[in-house]
Amino acid sequence: MIKHNILAALLAFSLGATGAMAAEDGAKPKKFEAEIEDFAFSFEGPFGKYEPLQLQRGLQVYTEVCAACHGLRQVAFRNLGDPGGPQMEADQVKAFAKLFDVADTSDDAEPGDTRPGKPADKFPANTDAGAPDLSLMAKARAGFKGPYGSGINQILKGMGGAEYVASMVVGYTGEEKEVAGTTLYENTAFESGGWTAMPPPMEDGQIEFRDGAPNTVEAMAEDVAAFLMWTAEPKLVQRKRTGFLVVSFMILLTSLLYLTNKKLWAPAKRKDV
Amino acid sequence: MSGIPHDHYEPKSRFEKWLDARLPIVGLLYSTMTIPTPKNLNWMWIWGIVLAFVMVLQIVTGIVLAMHYTPEVTMAFDSVEHIMRNVNAGWALRYMHTNGASLFFFAVYLHIFRGLYYGSYKSPREVTWIIGMLIYMVMMATGFMGYVLPWGQMSFWGATVITGLFGAIPGIGDVLQTWLLGGPAVDNATLNRFFSLHYLLPFVLVALVVLHIWAFHTTGNGNPTGVEVRRGSKAEVKKDTLPFWPYFVIKDVFALSVILTLFFVVVYFQPNYLGDPVNYVKADPLVTPAHIVPEWYFLPFYGILRAFTADVWVVQIASFLTAGIVDAKFFGVIAMFGAIFVMVLVPWLDTSRVRSGKYRPSFKWWFWLLGLDFVVLAWCGSQPPEGIVPLVSLIASAYWFAYFLIILPLLGVLEKPLPVPATIEEDFDAHYPPKDASASAAE
Repeated sequence: MIKHNILAALLAFSLGATGAMAAEDGAKPKKFEAEIEDFAFSFEGPFGKYEPLQLQRGLQVYTEVCAACHGLRQVAFRNLGDPGGPQMEADQVKAFAKLFDVADTSDDAEPGDTRPGKPADKFPANTDAGAPDLSLMAKARAGFKGPYGSGINQILKGMGGAEYVASMVVGYTGEEKEVAGTTLYENTAFESGGWTAMPPPMEDGQIEFRDGAPNTVEAMAEDVAAFLMWTAEPKLVQRKRTGFLVVSFMILLTSLLYLTNKKLWAPAKRKDV
Repeated sequence: MSGIPHDHYEPKSRFEKWLDARLPIVGLLYSTMTIPTPKNLNWMWIWGIVLAFVMVLQIVTGIVLAMHYTPEVTMAFDSVEHIMRNVNAGWALRYMHTNGASLFFFAVYLHIFRGLYYGSYKSPREVTWIIGMLIYMVMMATGFMGYVLPWGQMSFWGATVITGLFGAIPGIGDVLQTWLLGGPAVDNATLNRFFSLHYLLPFVLVALVVLHIWAFHTTGNGNPTGVEVRRGSKAEVKKDTLPFWPYFVIKDVFALSVILTLFFVVVYFQPNYLGDPVNYVKADPLVTPAHIVPEWYFLPFYGILRAFTADVWVVQIASFLTAGIVDAKFFGVIAMFGAIFVMVLVPWLDTSRVRSGKYRPSFKWWFWLLGLDFVVLAWCGSQPPEGIVPLVSLIASAYWFAYFLIILPLLGVLEKPLPVPATIEEDFDAHYPPKDASASAAE
C-alpha cells in the first residue's frame, strides 16, 4: 500500500518540470495570496527575547485549546523551566506535567497503560484528529515570502513563522464549504489555497489568564504564536546573546587584521604608515 | 615544488638534518608557505583560503554532529531535534554546518567565476582547473546527501527527484536508480548509505584540494594581468612577487575574517533564512510538498534541468532522431550535466591568446552576461514552472551553452585585445607608483 503511493507520487513528480507543470495547470484555478499580518513580537530583532509571561499564557492556550488535536512531541515538560523560555518554577513544572497522561513503559506495565507525566517526559504526540504536530510549526512555515518570491522580506521582518501561526488563528472569514464530506473553513492566511479543515479554534474571552492579560482572539493568537516560536526555537535567546559576542569579537579581530595587513603591505606599496 | 626559482629550506640543526634525510616534510612546508606569489593579486584571490577554512569547519562540525545523529528513518528527524535542543551548543554546531554549506558554495561560485574572468583555466593551468571542477562535483554530491540526512520533507522529496535523474537514463535507468537507492524508493537503505558517503566524501575532497594546491604551486598562481612571473633569476622573480608568508597569509586571513563576520551574522541572527521551512516537517512519503525546490546553490542547474520540456524543438528533434530514447526528461538530465561538462572543457573552448578578461573588451560583456545568466537560472529554478518561467529558463539555458560552445571559441578569433602589461611589476607600479629617487633619499 505504502509502496504504491510512493510510486504514484514518484511518477507524478519524477522530474519537476513536466510533471508539476501538467498538475498545476489543471489544479490551480487562480493564484491565492496568503495574507500574513506583521505582528510585533518581543523576540524579533537582534536583541529580541521571549517574554516568560506571554509564553506561559501561550502554554495555557495550547493546553486548553490546541492540545485537543495537536501534539507537541519534541518538547519536554522540563523545558518549561529552562532559561530563556517560560521559566516556570520547578514545582509548577512538576504539577503541570501531572496533568498529562503519558505512555507507561515500565517493566510491569501492559501495552497501552498510561501514567501521569513527569518533568523528564515529553508532551504527548497527538495524531487522533490527523492534525500536524506543533513543536516545529513556527519554523516550518515562512509567513513572509515577497516581494516577488525573493524572500527579501524575511531579512527585514524575520521568517514570519510566528506571524503565520497568529494570522492563521485570526484569519477565518466565516465562510464554510463542504468538500467530499469534510467541512472546510475559509482562512485568509492558510498557505495551501485559503481553505482549511481546522475549524476556528477560539472565540473572544474563552480563556481566563491569571495575569489578567487581554483575552481577545487576537491577543490569544499572539500568545500561542509566541509560545510555538519558543517550542520551535527554544535556544533563540542564547543564540542571539552568543551571536552578539561572536560578531563583536569578529569585528574587533577584523579591525586588528585590517591594520596589520595595512602596515605589512605599506613598504611594498610605497605608502607611509 | 614550484617551477619559479626561490629559496629552499636548509636544515641547520643535527635533528633537522636527520629528519630531512628521511622525510623532507619541513622543506615541503617551507616551500609551500614561502612560495613566490604575484604581488598584484586582487581581492578575488581570497576565496581559496575561505574555501579551505570552510572545508575544515564543515569536517569538524560534521564529525561532532555525527556523534549525536541517528541515520535511521524513524529516528533521524528526532535526533536532529535532539541536537538542536539537548546537545550542548548543538544548535550552534548545526546552524554552522547548514549555513557552512551555503558559504562553501557561495565561495566556490565566486572562485569559479574569478577563474572564468581572469582565464585561470588556460595553459598551463588546465589540470588545476579540471581538479577544481572535480572538487565542485564532489561538493555537490556531498551537499546533496547531507541535505537528505535531517529527513525532513524536502530531504525526502529532493532525494526522490534527484535520484530520479539517474532513473531517466534509457535502458539501465530503473536498475541504476534502484541500485543507488538500495530499494524501489527512498527509504532506510538510502538514508544509511547517504550518511556513510556524506562522511566519506569530504575526505576525498581534502585529497583533491591537496592536488589542486599542488597543481597551481607547480605552475605558479595566476594573477589579474594574466602575465606570467618572470623566471630568469631569483632577482627577477623578486620584482614580480612577494612571499606567500607573511604577505598573502595576513591578507587572506583578514579577508577570511570579514567573510566570517558576515557568516556569523547569518548563523546567529538569520540561521534559517537560506533553508526551506518545509524541511522542519518530518519526511512523509505520502504527502508531496507543493513545490519541490533544491537548496539555493543547486538552483541554476535545476533551472537548466527543467528548461527542456517536451514542447521545445531541440528536444523534439532529439526525440525524433533517437526514436524516442532521448525523451524530455533524459534531455534535461543531459543538459544539466552538460552545463557542468562544458565548464570542464573551457580550457580548450576559449581560443583567445590573452589570458585575462581585463584586456578583452568584448569578452567582458559576454562574461558579465554569463554572471547575470547564472542568477537568472537560479531564479528560474526557484519558481514554479508556469507563466514566463519556462521561456526564461530556456533562453537562459541556451545562453549558458552558447557562451562556452560558440562565443568563447569565436571571440578568440574575432576580438582585438587591448595591450597587456609587459610584466607584473609594471602593472603593480602603475597602481603604486615608486617614489622618485630624491624623495626616498631625503627620508
